[in-house]
Amino acid sequence: MMSLKTQINFKLNGQPVTVTVPVTMNTLTMLRDELDLTGTKYACGEGECGACTIRLDGKTINSCLMYAVDCDGREVVTIEGLKSGETLHPLQQAFVDHGAIQCGFCIPGMIMQADYLVENNPDLDRARIRRGLEGNICRCTGYTKVLDAITSVVESRE
Amino acid sequence: MSEITNYLSPCSLDDAVRALADGDVTVLCGGTDLMPQMEAGQREYASTLMNIRRIEGLAEITLTGDTCRIGALTTVSEILTSQLLDEVAPVLVAAADQFASDQLRNAASIGGNICNASPAGDMIIPLLLLNAVVELASWQDGAIQTRLISLHEFFKAPGKTVRQNNELFAAVLFDKPPPGFVAHFCKPGPRPALEIATVSIGIGGVLEDGVFSDVRAAMGAVAPTPIRARRVETTLEGLPLNADNIRAASVSAGEDATPIDDVRASSWYRDHLVRVLTKEVLNDVLENTN
Ligand SMILES: Cc1cc2nc3c(=O)[nH]c(=O)nc-3n(C[C@H](O)[C@H](O)[C@H](O)COP(=O)(O)OP(=O)(O)OC[C@H]3O[C@@H](n4cnc5c(N)ncnc54)[C@H](O)[C@@H]3O)c2cc1C
Ligand code: FES
Ligand code: FES
Repeated sequence: MMSLKTQINFKLNGQPVTVTVPVTMNTLTMLRDELDLTGTKYACGEGECGACTIRLDGKTINSCLMYAVDCDGREVVTIEGLKSGETLHPLQQAFVDHGAIQCGFCIPGMIMQADYLVENNPDLDRARIRRGLEGNICRCTGYTKVLDAITSVVESRE
Repeated sequence: MSEITNYLSPCSLDDAVRALADGDVTVLCGGTDLMPQMEAGQREYASTLMNIRRIEGLAEITLTGDTCRIGALTTVSEILTSQLLDEVAPVLVAAADQFASDQLRNAASIGGNICNASPAGDMIIPLLLLNAVVELASWQDGAIQTRLISLHEFFKAPGKTVRQNNELFAAVLFDKPPPGFVAHFCKPGPRPALEIATVSIGIGGVLEDGVFSDVRAAMGAVAPTPIRARRVETTLEGLPLNADNIRAASVSAGEDATPIDDVRASSWYRDHLVRVLTKEVLNDVLENTN
């Protein structure tokens, strides 16, 4: 069955893009297969793990559940959009410095969600970080170093 | 197998209900139910896929007189952070706080939650306590027509509602509860996040001089649809909220519930949970009003 395609325009990591996508395609597949941005990961494909977390108009969402056509006219930021030039984003650097990465598969989603939390919570303590990461599953780190890394960024901000 | 021949993303309610008039349309909102159901092959697309997220004026939470109105596109995050709802219906905000994860809350709409008609839908239980009414819009005789249906009459079976194919769910409305109304919602699970309710329960009422009145109770995941627990309500109405009556209400809750066995729990366990939770919720109500 050929799925109907449609053309959409949106801002991706600050740059305008135009793509033609099948109307039933999810955003994650569009990012990885059509736009070659493979930083955003596919793991569960059903909203449980957060590996596919991106920002849509400033809010984090699971890109595996979102229809790509719904990106039309919006602003999308992926993990590739966080660093500026060769300089890592403070959260990326903190994850490296704290050894918060093992296999690394969950990390792009984890950092996108952490960035959202840091930006939107003036008083972000460890308990709030834990709750905020409820939708991000990591099978390697045990979360402690992830919490350490994010906490260090919050503290350096103060 | 059917094929999608048309994709629409209307900006006005007018255009959306006109497009629905044909009836052969799949409505897309946040997609958090639709996408997994389609991927799993549980459903098929109609010939038109209509994205309703660009419709203007359908994502608002307003209070006019005593009536609160929540537009279909309102996300669970917007409910969670609404100052207005925190004042008029804190039980809805509490349920939003127990809903999935940030990422899901940012995408999931109230309209999708209600129209998906899961017996476990978390926004539905508090809205049943608020005696909510559903507003459906359709295109008839050259104009938008709306009809109102009480939320507890809206559900027919899992995934099935009385909404006709040519109708769009536009909003959910409820009257500000009476002064002194307190309500609690409870959804147990091993962790708060990403938990589809095994059972959920909400009970509310006005507790004055120890007597419980205007009692409203609702339960999720214990029947083919979310239900009002009428036996619990009658057991408690107009009586003191004390240990004996709480025990009696917990027995009634077991009678109201007709749970099934499924992957999440056995019917025996659900029956047990409902009784225990009824006690817990009522004790919460007691504690928070003393
Ligand atoms: C991992 C995961 C966790 C979840 N956790 C929870 C949870 O904790 N609690 C809970 O209650 N739910 C949960 N859900 C279910 C889901 O997120 C909610 O039901 C959500 O509110 C659906 O809203 P949506 O906007 O994404 O709907 P969509 O998926 O876009 O639509 C859902 C259905 O409603 C129809 N529809 C949507 N809007 C309208 C309208 N305005 N008029 C007519 N029809 C309409 C669609 O056609 C579709 O059939 C979870 C889902 C996932 C994948
Ligand atoms: S891949 Fe999207 S949440 Fe797991
Ligand atoms: S580092 Fe391996 S899943 Fe998180």
